[in-house]
Amino acid sequence: MSGSGDDPVMLAGRSLHPGAADGVVLALDEPLSFWGGLDARGLIVDAHHPQRGVTVAGQVLAMQAGRGSSSSTAVLAELIRSGHAPAALLLAECDAILVIGALVAAEIYGTSLPIVQLTDDDLARLHTGAQAAVLAHTAPRPATVIAKTR
Amino acid sequence: MPGDDALVLTAEEESMLAGEQGPAIAMCMRLIVGMARANGAERLVPIESAHADGCLYHGVAGLEFTQRLVSLGARVRVRTTLNVGSLDLLHPGLVRADAEVAENGRRLMDAHVALGCEPIWSCAPYQSGHRPAAGSHVAWAESNAIAFVNSVLGARTDRYGDFIDIAAGVAGRVPYSGLHLRRNRTAALVLDFSKVPAALLDDDVAWPAIGALLGELAGTRVAALTGLPGDLTDGGVTEDRLKALGATAASAGGVALFHVVGVTPEAPTLDRVLGPGATTVLVTAHDLRRARDRLSSTATTSLDAVSLGTPHFSLSEFAALAGELRNGPSFASSVDVFVSTSRAVLAEAEARGYADAVRDAGGRILTDTCTYVTPVLRDGVRTVMTNSGKWAWYAPANLGIDTVLGNLAECVASARAGRVVRDERLWG
Repeated sequence: MSGSGDDPVMLAGRSLHPGAADGVVLALDEPLSFWGGLDARGLIVDAHHPQRGVTVAGQVLAMQAGRGSSSSTAVLAELIRSGHAPAALLLAECDAILVIGALVAAEIYGTSLPIVQLTDDDLARLHTGAQAAVLAHTAPRPATVIAKTR
Repeated sequence: MPGDDALVLTAEEESMLAGEQGPAIAMCMRLIVGMARANGAERLVPIESAHADGCLYHGVAGLEFTQRLVSLGARVRVRTTLNVGSLDLLHPGLVRADAEVAENGRRLMDAHVALGCEPIWSCAPYQSGHRPAAGSHVAWAESNAIAFVNSVLGARTDRYGDFIDIAAGVAGRVPYSGLHLRRNRTAALVLDFSKVPAALLDDDVAWPAIGALLGELAGTRVAALTGLPGDLTDGGVTEDRLKALGATAASAGGVALFHVVGVTPEAPTLDRVLGPGATTVLVTAHDLRRARDRLSSTATTSLDAVSLGTPHFSLSEFAALAGELRNGPSFASSVDVFVSTSRAVLAEAEARGYADAVRDAGGRILTDTCTYVTPVLRDGVRTVMTNSGKWAWYAPANLGIDTVLGNLAECVASARAGRVVRDERLWG
């Protein structure tokens, strides 16, 4: 579905992990490895990343894919436990390393971090600062992201 | 993007998921099935082994997850080796972890042993006796080990990480998706090195540089490398060089599989691994130099420490280091030199006198962990030289220090001189 003017549009995606969240979009310019790339409070510390110094905590984090270390699973689970995780993850590629982090946090803490796979084109329409509402179900059912786009 | 739930489980797997074989297996199956549904897998596949990296302490969540498995009575049902932990259990004075990491890091390592895993504590299990057969399905974690087992050994693993690795060991199954499928193991990208001078490629430092370039260009895609001189029989390519390449490519990109044509088992020829619509990049010496330069964060010549052994030093790397040290002066007192390795390799290095050669020169040997994942370097260290592209990639953010990449001989010369010494003639 496409919108016009200032109206939010609804983007249809695929659920990777169930949950619902509202937040502000943080669109990453490059993929990010959570391990080595984020500190314990969700701040981007990867020296190679163009958005170093920005926090992902509480944001609707939009990125093409994760990158690098398989320890990113544990970093995401720990961020969820400590309350510094993104509010939702929007990805163009299914990143199992991050999905597992959300599944484990659900097992031991009862949390539900939504993770949604969008098409490349829809992901590119999301810009940093836009308000977004994310609703995801059990994978691989349909998911929705409602946000103002460009 | 497939939207239908295509997953079909066997009766045995349904029974495991339903809790008929105990709550631990049911919990692990929920994770495996959750991953399978996200990936769009149509079925699960039995595995022959696992390599788990959840034993490195990242916080309370990992400890509580692993202790939950222990309390539910979980045991791994396939061979499962363990990656590095946060502590050096053999040399407890070397790691200066704070009280939380020391206490919880030890509990986490203990909990993994209680699940029946093999405590090899190494990020290079493939050089500590865990070498799956070509074509076998395995569930490996640790990005460099994933790249090596897929690329160099030709076994099949997707990218597994904390939690799912041990869940796979307990359930003995993983989603039949990703790099378990032959169709996903073909190259989308070809890097042709035939225009790069052979002398440059014979410098060990070229191999992490190739890895950095591969990671940058390939991202998470599979690539084939052509035009690299030599093979595993003539020493032009060695397992240590492929280890350095893969570890850096996995760090700088998300590379989990690469083919070196004429060298790695799935790529006797380019045709055998070429995917549809693959693009070719002709690599120049300039490209390689730029990739190498990205792995140094400073041009300073002052030096505080040297770190070797990421991924863990192999016996052949110890032999090369002992050769460099023979009949030479000790390291400068101002430079701390660390070599990280596995217990199994250290035992062999002790027997051959390599370990004493390192200690006699003033170096220290670390096992079970690594110098960039836990506090080992003393406070005040600002510039560290390494021959590891992976260490150079992660240490600036992890440790807040600057890195200089050099080959093994340059690292030794620098440690002796007390300042960075690099031979730029080849690279100039």
